[in-house]
Amino acid sequence: MRGASPPHPPPGGEAAANGFYGAYGGRYVPETLVPALDELEEGWNDIRDDPGFRLELEQLQATYVGRPTPLYRTERLGGDRTIYLKREDLCHTGAHKINNAVGQALVARRLGKKRIVAETGAGQHGVASATVCARFGLECVVYMGSEDMERQKPNVERMHLLGAEVRAVEFGTRTLKEATSEAIRDWITNVETTHYMIGSCVGPHPYPELVRELQSVIGREAREQMLAAESRLPEAVVACVGGGSNAIGLFAGFLEDADVRLVGVEAAGAASLGSGRAGVLHGARSSLLADEDGQIADAHSISAGLDYPGVGPEHAFLRDTGRAEYRAATDEEALGAFHLLAEREGIIPALEPAHALARALDLDAELILVGLSGRGDKDLATVLGR
Amino acid sequence: MKKLSIYLMAGPDTPELAAAAVAGGADLLEIGFPFSDPLADGPVIRLAGERALAQGMRTRACLECLAETRARVEVPLIPMTYASILEAYGYERFQADAQKAGATSLIVADLPIEAAPELRRVQLVAPTTPSERISLAAHRTDGWLYLVSLTGTTGARGEVSEQLAGLVERARGVTDVPLLAGFGISTPDHAAGAAALADGIVVGSRAVEIAHESGPDALQDYVTVLRTALDRVVVSLPG
Repeated sequence: MRGASPPHPPPGGEAAANGFYGAYGGRYVPETLVPALDELEEGWNDIRDDPGFRLELEQLQATYVGRPTPLYRTERLGGDRTIYLKREDLCHTGAHKINNAVGQALVARRLGKKRIVAETGAGQHGVASATVCARFGLECVVYMGSEDMERQKPNVERMHLLGAEVRAVEFGTRTLKEATSEAIRDWITNVETTHYMIGSCVGPHPYPELVRELQSVIGREAREQMLAAESRLPEAVVACVGGGSNAIGLFAGFLEDADVRLVGVEAAGAASLGSGRAGVLHGARSSLLADEDGQIADAHSISAGLDYPGVGPEHAFLRDTGRAEYRAATDEEALGAFHLLAEREGIIPALEPAHALARALDLDAELILVGLSGRGDKDLATVLGR
Repeated sequence: MKKLSIYLMAGPDTPELAAAAVAGGADLLEIGFPFSDPLADGPVIRLAGERALAQGMRTRACLECLAETRARVEVPLIPMTYASILEAYGYERFQADAQKAGATSLIVADLPIEAAPELRRVQLVAPTTPSERISLAAHRTDGWLYLVSLTGTTGARGEVSEQLAGLVERARGVTDVPLLAGFGISTPDHAAGAAALADGIVVGSRAVEIAHESGPDALQDYVTVLRTALDRVVVSLPG
């Protein structure tokens, strides 16, 4: 765990031991959930280094998820820059979300939980959750904002095919924020039987740590692959940041390499790190889009997966320490990069990593690694509708 | 005598509603300071929070509302809110200003027992809370313990939770502080059932609904009915 105690007094006390990254993280949840989080933390600590768990996870990654995913050197995209793509879009279900879902399914099984609740924005985590629930024989309920159900229809249909129940969230922003709140309320209500399969490195401790650990396979592989391909590390590693799980997974491989720049790219209308303030949302203290009274503000992005006013606490910490830098890309810039990758490389990216691509293309670096976190099939209606 | 706590969302009508609730027999009042993402709340309180925010009930306005309510009633007034509000306003500053406005204590729905120990507040315990944690909560709590009578969010239910009896028993085993049961209590039968176990009850969603739909007179009638039900509960053992 990073950061033993928060520097600011407010969240202090023994909460300091509860997963703080500097001043961020912790547990801000109704009491009903605290014992469940303790149980999850204990279960996770028991199995994370268990060779049996590791072996099963690695086998699933190899035979089910499709790991290792390729590192692809782009041919025509970068101009003077050499841009490599870590191809998480080639994972089973089309995004990095499955890395986390498979791992959490193993954790849920260990905890004896037979019912899974999950939230989803773009639908990628919902599909990943529905997929592993089918694979492990678990009941699956996915909460999704009704606006997202509209713009990510193919993923809703996929979840249905996989046997999951998709519950529309019809209030508030009708996007990921409210879907997450409803998933947590469901968990509060059914906590004895249910595991909350959170989709990003957000939420109360131990989730940010758990999700980061399960996604860090991206960075581990990418680092090895870069060294094999170029005999050196990239100058910069670039990934999109909504909640931030693909970015934290990719960054994890390079955190100790002080010369490697880590660049997170947020949607301009959902820049929790770029224009946020410290606050509490969905169980953790982090950098949020909120007003001066602590009311959470609406995020706006063409990309459902980045349309979230919060971000994982470790990203807020990495921003404050200066280890990572965070930039923004507009809807238009992301769309431009989306088309460019399709036309120049024959790869249709999801709109989320298109944000990372957009910033990679004007970054002052020669050798760049970009996390291509998902494929773009789900976004065709959005893109073609413009 | 069993205690009756009524929850009201902060708003322009709150002082008048508070006076009505006290006239009906409420012993204490919880005043909701709305938050945009209230994880512990079911639809009724969530919607009331949305309405309050739309009416401009931000922290300062809520504190003013508290002071105006204090001018109308003498019973303990307890703001109930979420950590994000305190983060933004400042924990100590909030405590000081709430006190100045007439608050008797504070409830923060998403601040676990361990967090911010210097912030004096009424602690919540739930059916999932192990006895050692109940003991810690009782040690730190401000006057009484809030028993979350069920695993779930706020809102009316058909029956009093079967989980309440076990929770009361475990709490009695580790503490002597008064126990008030809330969540899912809305009818006189619920009130009597829950109060037969605990030292009092908290009614939120139904009170908020009646206040919103029918105004202060209806609220007073409703609280009177709850009060009557509570007063019929035979106190079997001294607390």
